[in-house]
Amino acid sequence: MFDVLVIGAGHAGCEAASAAARRGASVGLLTFRPEDAGQMSCNPSIGGVGKGHLVRELDVFDGLMAGAADQAAIHRRMLNRSKGPAVWGPRVQADRKLYRVAIGELLAETGVEIVVAEATGLIVRNGAIAGVETGAGTLHCRSVVIATGTFLDARMFVGEQLVAGGRHGERAALALAGQIRDIGLGQGRLKTGTPPRLDGRTIDWARLEEQPSDADEWAMSALDDGIRRLELRCAITRTNGRTHEIIAANFGRSPLFAGAIEGRGPRYCPSIEDKVKRFGDRDGHQIFLEPEGLDDRLVYPNGISTSLPADVQRDFVRSVDGLERVEMVRPGYAVEYEFVDPRRLGGTLEVRDLKGLFLAGQINGTTGYEEAAAQGLVAGLNAAARALELSEVRFDRRSSYIGVMVDDLTLQGVSEPYRMMTARAEYRLSLRADNATTRLGEAALAAGCLSDRRREQIEAHFERRSGPGWAETGEGRADALYAPYVQRQQREWDAVQRDARVWIPAELDYAAIPGLSTEMVERLDAARPETLDQASRVHGVTPAALSALYVAASRRAAA
Amino acid sequence: MRELRSPATAELLDEALVLRFDSPASSTGEDVVEFQCHGGRAVVDAVLSAIGAIDGVRLAEPGEFTRRAFENGRIDLTEAEGLADLIEAETESQRKAALSLAEGGLRKQIDRWQEQVLGFSARAERAIDYADEGGPEGDPQLSSECGALASELRAWLDRPRIEPLKDGVRVVVAGPPNAGKSSLINTIAGQERAIVTDVPGTTRDHIEVPLSVAGIPLIVTDTAGLRETEDQVEAIGVSRAEALVGAADVLLWLGAPDQAPQHPRLIRIHPKADLGEPIPERALGVSVVTGEGLGALLLQVADLAKSVLPAEDAIALNRRQAQHIGEAAEAVRAAASAADLVLVAEELRQARHAFDRLSGRAGVEDVLDALFSRFCLGK
Repeated sequence: MFDVLVIGAGHAGCEAASAAARRGASVGLLTFRPEDAGQMSCNPSIGGVGKGHLVRELDVFDGLMAGAADQAAIHRRMLNRSKGPAVWGPRVQADRKLYRVAIGELLAETGVEIVVAEATGLIVRNGAIAGVETGAGTLHCRSVVIATGTFLDARMFVGEQLVAGGRHGERAALALAGQIRDIGLGQGRLKTGTPPRLDGRTIDWARLEEQPSDADEWAMSALDDGIRRLELRCAITRTNGRTHEIIAANFGRSPLFAGAIEGRGPRYCPSIEDKVKRFGDRDGHQIFLEPEGLDDRLVYPNGISTSLPADVQRDFVRSVDGLERVEMVRPGYAVEYEFVDPRRLGGTLEVRDLKGLFLAGQINGTTGYEEAAAQGLVAGLNAAARALELSEVRFDRRSSYIGVMVDDLTLQGVSEPYRMMTARAEYRLSLRADNATTRLGEAALAAGCLSDRRREQIEAHFERRSGPGWAETGEGRADALYAPYVQRQQREWDAVQRDARVWIPAELDYAAIPGLSTEMVERLDAARPETLDQASRVHGVTPAALSALYVAASRRAAA
Repeated sequence: MRELRSPATAELLDEALVLRFDSPASSTGEDVVEFQCHGGRAVVDAVLSAIGAIDGVRLAEPGEFTRRAFENGRIDLTEAEGLADLIEAETESQRKAALSLAEGGLRKQIDRWQEQVLGFSARAERAIDYADEGGPEGDPQLSSECGALASELRAWLDRPRIEPLKDGVRVVVAGPPNAGKSSLINTIAGQERAIVTDVPGTTRDHIEVPLSVAGIPLIVTDTAGLRETEDQVEAIGVSRAEALVGAADVLLWLGAPDQAPQHPRLIRIHPKADLGEPIPERALGVSVVTGEGLGALLLQVADLAKSVLPAEDAIALNRRQAQHIGEAAEAVRAAASAADLVLVAEELRQARHAFDRLSGRAGVEDVLDALFSRFCLGK
């Protein structure tokens, strides 16, 4: 009997399992292969603009990602340095193997039990989760976190080839996908892609523009162990007219354009064939050459994800400056997978209609390690709360990117893979990567999920904030810089809070509200906002619909 | 064509044209039936009372159909305002301005501005969220384009507003006690026989008379009461008079010409011209006794009033619209001068909100849509 079972040991699953364990739950972590924990299946980097903010927030709750990234970092860059501190984005290139080792060690410290088995079904009793059927027998538990990423009924495409599987050489979780559909959670399919992997020894580095690592010593985690590895070189090159000709000549062989892929891909991370097709007038697209590790010859050419046939991939890659003689170790591919409509989840990422079932990560329609990990934290903290009757931990838009993401997902749903961007955060000026401890320290202390070392760090931080000399720190200076704007935003937030106090009864029948059009009824029904403020943020809901809703909600409250 | 009969007595009331509009394609979005009766007052009254006798039926509140159309999403806020003005419109030029608004003239203009600000936002957000995508640092064009939009918005705010058209152009009659202010107003009102309602808005302090001169709606205000009560409540009286003079669209001054307050649209009047005193230079001699100068005065008033009214086919803003556009103008101006791109984006967000409040639409998704349709992004 476990308190919490987590299915899937990717970034969401590992964070969920460790967060639940930190709150005192006994946790089992189910995975096909134990060595998959902490696997970076796509780009070997952690952080960035918006994403770096998520990692810092996760860190305040003692999440694993920031610390592991520091231990595995082989290249560091603070993005957006030329702009205001609100949008500085810490990003590291991580050594793939070192990262996996670091996650494995951190996970072991938390006492999470790794169970090597496939989850084949959920056991539901009286509308609540009671356990998980696995290939190794029945496991009982009080709550379950499903963090299966792209593995639900996933299909991989390399040109005309179609393979069932969620990642290179791995199986798809077919049985579980079937049951999720039976519960009525399945929504549709999304796609994502990766570029081919190159042999770094065959790249002509000398001809390419080098991208240096930052000289100053910043770390992802507030608990910096001071580990600084040998820095590797990254470089930039770009596609050219010849590359585009080769790609355009083979549009017919791309599963994207031939109609084999039905899932919608992310607009902000288009495949190279998409870029050539949609922006044909551009003379070139940048490619970032990112080494995957210290003793790894693989290089990840960031910017050219593709599902073209392997021979076309080799040809177009070799048309690029510095890559004329490159050896392609593995072709890129597209993955199409099933996801769940996250509007079926509440603010704790628990399925509204099934007590004890939590969903986190790519299954909710997001993309990216950081987005997955942050959801893992939310689901893990609250799965433990459900199992042990602890208090819920909720995040809001005013104080964290995590809150922005959870609110966006559960209220708006997704129509394309969801990636964090600072443009999504209306309180961006207050949500900085450098003040995560200030923003979330109190909440983290209250959640009771912290190590002694973290607790001391947070308390010391608050002490320094109120002490002399704070104005001279980086965070203090940024506070002062944005103070007038933050005040204005606070007034906005106060208005939001007023609307947030107008509760919309869960059983409210939208169709019966006079003045609501069919379209509004559909939108509101799908999102099921809990407050008037949430309703106001449901995409496409008009002010007229809001006033009708307000009238209906207050009438019911008065009755 | 249908026979309309009383449900109670089956008596034939009228043979009327009956039009049926099913929801949601009707003007309000609900099921609507329209009776086009014969014109006589008696017929209409009979039909109305027959309908009113049916259980659950009542007369619409003022503006209720417009409100329902708005609530059902048939029209948006700016169109609703235009329709409301149309219903209230009392003169021909009011009607034309209201129609232009209702037909979505302002709506289209706001759409254009919103589109423009959305584009600016997308450019700022792109530079922030795609920091590592290379390309030139910053967007030097953005600042000057924001500046240009701010000027355009300011120019709109300087245009004649709809209030003078709706409420009437404020003509304030001022001057020393016993200069003949009240008799002048009474004479104008009597001569034009154009009093629309019974002295609305009358307060203890001043009297307002709505008039229509040459098709232009006027509100003529007498400051007489103010000056004469000066002794009792001097400070309050004087400051109110000053406020009235300040708010005047057209000022008629009945005192000594060199004591006239500063005002861009001032007519100096020499009253009681029939008494034979010499008429000062720059002043218009008027006599309520002989009628001398009255015609010329009305012509001058109409000319000046016209200059504060929107042109007949122009879109005029009301106070609410002007306020939001003012907020947007201020934010776009701040965006033009902000050095930090994050603050540029923040000001543009404020501008978007101002337009959203104006038109009733919102959403970060709109920005992202603009962003992704215009730029090739993503690694």
